Amino acid sequence: MDVRTKLSILADAAKYDASCASSGTVQRTSRDGGIGSTTGMGICHSYTPDGRCVSLLKILLTNFCVYDCLYCINRASSGVRRARFTPEEIVNLTLDFYRRNYIEGLFLSSGIIRNPDHTMEQVVQVARKLRVEHGFRGYIHLKTIPEASPELIEEAGRWADRLSINIELPTAQDLGKLAPEKNHDRIRHAMSVIEKRVTESKVGRAKSRKAPLFAPAGQSTQMIVGATPSSDRDVLAQAKSLYDQHRLRRVYYSAFSPIPDASSKLPVTAPPLVREHRLYQADWLMRFYGFEVDEIASPGAPDLPLDLDPKHAWALRNPEWFPVDLNRAPRELLLRVPGLGVRNVDRILAIRRWHSLRLDDLTRLRVPVQKALPFIVTADHIPRALGLASKPARQLELFDNPTRSA
Amino acid sequence: MRRIFFVQNFAGWRKAARDALAAELDPRSIVWDEQGDHPRLELFDEQETAPVVSANTSPVPRDFVEMARRVACHRSEQRWALLYRVLWRLTHGEPHLLRIEVDPDVHDLVAMDKAVRRDVHKMRAFVRFREVRREGAVWFVAWFEPAHHIVELNAPFFRDRFAGMNWSILTPDRCVHWDGSQLSFTAGVPRADAPVHDDAEALWLTYYGSIFNPARVKTRAMQSEMPKKYWRNLPETAILPELLREAPSRTAEMIARSRSKATPDEFHPAPVPDSTSLATLRKAALGCTACPLYRNATQTVFGEGPKHAPLMFVGEQPGDQEDVAGRPFVGPAGRLFDRALEDAGIDRPSAYVTNAVKHFKWEPRGKRRLHAKPNAREMTACRPWLLAELAAVRPVVLVLLGGTAAQSLLGREVRVMRDRGRIFPSAHCERTLVTVHPSALLRAPDETARERNYAEFVADLKLAAEVLRRTHP
Repeated sequence: MDVRTKLSILADAAKYDASCASSGTVQRTSRDGGIGSTTGMGICHSYTPDGRCVSLLKILLTNFCVYDCLYCINRASSGVRRARFTPEEIVNLTLDFYRRNYIEGLFLSSGIIRNPDHTMEQVVQVARKLRVEHGFRGYIHLKTIPEASPELIEEAGRWADRLSINIELPTAQDLGKLAPEKNHDRIRHAMSVIEKRVTESKVGRAKSRKAPLFAPAGQSTQMIVGATPSSDRDVLAQAKSLYDQHRLRRVYYSAFSPIPDASSKLPVTAPPLVREHRLYQADWLMRFYGFEVDEIASPGAPDLPLDLDPKHAWALRNPEWFPVDLNRAPRELLLRVPGLGVRNVDRILAIRRWHSLRLDDLTRLRVPVQKALPFIVTADHIPRALGLASKPARQLELFDNPTRSA
Repeated sequence: MRRIFFVQNFAGWRKAARDALAAELDPRSIVWDEQGDHPRLELFDEQETAPVVSANTSPVPRDFVEMARRVACHRSEQRWALLYRVLWRLTHGEPHLLRIEVDPDVHDLVAMDKAVRRDVHKMRAFVRFREVRREGAVWFVAWFEPAHHIVELNAPFFRDRFAGMNWSILTPDRCVHWDGSQLSFTAGVPRADAPVHDDAEALWLTYYGSIFNPARVKTRAMQSEMPKKYWRNLPETAILPELLREAPSRTAEMIARSRSKATPDEFHPAPVPDSTSLATLRKAALGCTACPLYRNATQTVFGEGPKHAPLMFVGEQPGDQEDVAGRPFVGPAGRLFDRALEDAGIDRPSAYVTNAVKHFKWEPRGKRRLHAKPNAREMTACRPWLLAELAAVRPVVLVLLGGTAAQSLLGREVRVMRDRGRIFPSAHCERTLVTVHPSALLRAPDETARERNYAEFVADLKLAAEVLRRTHP
């Protein structure tokens, strides 16, 4: 099988991993040798017609796998076409693509062949070759196998900018049902080992610039949504605990593929793509807007509404918080206003020291004014009593497109 | 109105602005008149560190200087006057002006700054090098059409990233070159000067087409980040129309494949009667729906041969012809099997011949039904029938033809090529032998290999016949 055929099979097999981020790592250049650089800011080198960015060469070492996880296209019992790269082939592809400025680096993952250590050793070998033999200074993201030995994980962290272990499903029960070979506790344990090493390395670097690095861009994970009946509350609670306990940089949500029937359109049934989008918005609310899981998805209403962004939905459920005076309210309150993002909140805080905000100003800041209007007070606007009965405009653009990296 | 002549770049503007500020020239009283050939940022000007100070000695904020350096690269002719107006206001009673982003001047300035920054970022993203030979050395040459005058501003980024390569980025305004030790700049060139081919692009297109998920077409999201104006210089956009055209059919195919695959509730226990009568078993197997394969197959193809046959063969699954005939091993592989049996001195009618999976699994390829390998779940679903046949026949020697049969009865540990050609005891038969499936012989690359493989296959069959003669004379 030639490299081109392998590439088509093993890139196809990798597209179910949502992450393509190349950001958040240390700065490197190749002025003292080797090739490549990282600036800390990710670059998306292309976009495919699904609106997703291409930042890294995202491939599997092989899609042969001895595990039989039901949600996965590469499971042992799947009829998918199989292929396997040699480490040299991946190294050459990465360098050839990098030299032409197609990519920021490599995101390497793999099916489990023979056993976890054998597979992890091959993955690590690719990263080692790139870093040591070719002086590669670009971005490397390695998928880590929780069952692999600590020595291999240690070496992976030495070469990689980011490590990730997929949590796969929102609850331990879900995982037991669909992925018999995987184990929730083992995954969480491996994450805590990585988190400990990332923190140790950060502390060491603060003392001495020569201290060894360990995955400076931290770790991320992915959760498949819609493969089991678990609610959005289960998903968000799991994400919250991952952020809190293991300091994950990102939790990615991936709508379960076998793809939805074309017939199941908005909004009666839940098309996983919209659900995925809402989960990203909720994730942002937890991380940057000070929301708790209970506020976004309560035990009584554990699923996010699909027709409204979760902040807007929260605001309509909690009219007693509004209206908020943009010229006086504290930051925490501004962050709760539908239509206001973090950057605009910070702009408003800077502006209002010198200038009293009016509705025109919001338009200039590109705030979706119609959406925010019922919830805010400005120098020239006081809303009438919050009209909960009237249906508010639907908005999708409050947040960044979650599938975009950088 | 006073006319201010200056060299059209940041340093030139700054020098003129400094003089104008020192002379307390109100922005409304002056006109900025561009002079000099080409806008240029003098990044390597060593004397540019002194902060701009006006006559009234109000300091100019650092972030304004940084921003002005970028805004100077903008293509708009308004930028010089706008910069001076903001500078004037900053030094005349509004030191916090830059914080007030809703101020019309600041708003315009920020918008220009954003446009330049975005252009810088897109250049870093969308430059595509092509490998060429130049005077015996390898050079990487790119063509790019920036929206603003950013070549100089962006050059250090490419130097830091590709320091070990020789490269040039050609643009209509300015070109930048790196020879491994020094950056140099030359005048703009036409697009025709750029190379048009690189061997690696075929692989890149393959990657681009494969990483795209046809089930989630969102062309607007793509275009907002990768506007059409960049397309003509991006090799991968050549296959966009094709990808979009094929997306619906690829999605339909994905759905069909995922449907034909395995949700656990599509599997049921096989309805195996508690009987050792082959006729009873065969009849019950006709209606088997234990796995989804029955849907696309013509009929169940059960084993055939005498009860208590001393020799039993297990293959993989029926093929196209077996599916129609309802009998195992009657297609091309079956004919080869018959010939090999004859050469090994085995009488087929006295043996029991069956398959590990009883329904034909196939994928459409044009008008043909192409054989598809049964997966572990289908093998598991069908195994009770095979076990029932084994219990009824109780062969003296069991021959497993190929990986599927071996895996179905012996598990994943068996390797056909490693374990073939010797008799060993298994849970199913005291004398078990593993060998290749006859269809593998049809796939040999050349005549020599075909003959060698055939001879080895016959040798394995002879071994089975020999053991049978010794234990069952």
